[in-house]
Amino acid sequence: MTTLRYLLAGGVLAFAGWAQAGAGKLQETAGVTQVEGSGGGGLVPWATLSGYDTRDEWSSSVFMTRVSLPDYRLQVFGASASIYDRLELSLARQTFELKNVPFGEREINQRILGLKARVMGDIVYGNWPQMAVGVQYKELENDAIASAIGAQDTDHGTDLYLAVSKAHLGVLWGYNLVWDLTLRATKANQFGLLGYGGDNNDSHEVMAEAAVAALLSRQLAIGFEYRQKPDNLSALEEEDAHDVFVAYLPNKQFNITFAWADLGIIAGEDNQSGAYVSLTGYLW
Amino acid sequence: MVIPMLRFLKLCSLLVLLACLPACQTQPTDDALYHELGGMEGITRITDNFIYEIGFDKNIVRHFEETDLDRFREKFIEQVCELSGGPCRYSGDSMVDVHTNMNITEAEFNQTVDLLIAAMNRSGIAHPTQNKLLALLAPTRPDIIYQ
Repeated sequence: MTTLRYLLAGGVLAFAGWAQAGAGKLQETAGVTQVEGSGGGGLVPWATLSGYDTRDEWSSSVFMTRVSLPDYRLQVFGASASIYDRLELSLARQTFELKNVPFGEREINQRILGLKARVMGDIVYGNWPQMAVGVQYKELENDAIASAIGAQDTDHGTDLYLAVSKAHLGVLWGYNLVWDLTLRATKANQFGLLGYGGDNNDSHEVMAEAAVAALLSRQLAIGFEYRQKPDNLSALEEEDAHDVFVAYLPNKQFNITFAWADLGIIAGEDNQSGAYVSLTGYLW
Repeated sequence: MVIPMLRFLKLCSLLVLLACLPACQTQPTDDALYHELGGMEGITRITDNFIYEIGFDKNIVRHFEETDLDRFREKFIEQVCELSGGPCRYSGDSMVDVHTNMNITEAEFNQTVDLLIAAMNRSGIAHPTQNKLLALLAPTRPDIIYQ
C-alpha cells in the first residue's frame, strides 16, 4: 500500500517535470542525489537543487542508492521535482536490512519527505555561493527496533539544514573545484533509522557536514564528504560518517556515483564501511 | 571525551582545507592564458568554430539573425584576446548594449556556453585552459541575460 502511494507520488512528480521540463543548467551543476533523497552529494545535502531546471523551467528525477556494509544493507528509492531553480520537493524510502540477524525484525523502513529552497546565489555564477535552506521530515514505518534500543521518539523526526555551495572555475590547476558546507539541526539516530533522540540527548543539535569535489572533466567528478552525526543513545555509540566518491555524469539525463562510505559504528557493530552506488535519472 | 575531540579535529582540518582553497590558485604570468589558447591564431580558430557551432543550433542562431557576423567575429576575437592577457583592446559596445531587447534566457546563455565549449574542444583546447577562459567570461552573464 505504502509502495503504491510512493509510486503514485513519484508518477505525479515525474508528470509535473515532463509537463514543463527543462535542462538549461550547465552540465554537472545539478549534482547527484544524496542518501535522504535531497540534491547533493551522497551523504550530504548540498545547496544545489536536484534538477537541471533554470528559473523558467521545471525538472524531475528518480534515484536509487545502495550501500553495502558488513552487517547491514541500505537501499533507497525516491523521486524529486525541482521547480524554477528555486524549490525542490523530494520523496524517498529507505530500507535498512540487518544482514546477520537470524530472526525477528530484520528490516527498518523510513520515509523521508524533503523540501529545499534556494535562498540566494548560483553555484557557478557570481561572487557569492549558492545558499539553500531545507527540511527533511522523517517517518519510521516500523518502530520495533527503535523502541528496543531506547530511542525517545520512534515515530517521526525533522531535520532542518542550511547549505552553502560554490564552484570555483579553473582554480585547481585549471580544474573546477566545488565545495559545500551544511549545518543540520537534528536528533536523528543513524539518519533516523534508529529513531530520534535518546537518553544522552533528546534535543536538536547542530551538526556540521562538508564536501569538496574536483571536476576532472565535464562528466567526471571526484571528492570527499564528511557528515557529523549526533550520539544520543548511551548504550549504542554513534560515529561520524564520511565517504570518497567518483561521480560519472555523462549527460543531463543520467548519472552514477560510486563511493566508499564509512558510517562508523552502527548499533554495536563497528567499522561499517562499504561500497556505495547511486543512480539518478532525469525525466522530462 | 577523546572521541568527540578527535571528531572536532577532523572537522577543523576539513574547514581549514576549505578556507585555503582560493590560495591554491596558481598565479600565472599575465599573458599565459593567451598563449595557452594558441595566441591570435588559436583564438581565431576557436571563434570560427564557435560561429560554426552557433550556426547549427536552431534555438541559438535565431538570436544572431540581425547580427553582422563579420563584426561579431572581430569583436569576439578582441574580447577573448584582451581577457586572456593578449595584446588587444576590446573596441565593441558594452555587453548590455549588445544584448538589449534580445531577452536571452538563462538556459540559452548556458546553451551558448556549451557551444563555446564544443568550439574549444574542436580547436583542441585542453580542459583546464577552457575552464580558465570560462572563468573570465562568466562575470558577463548578468549583462547578457534577460536584457
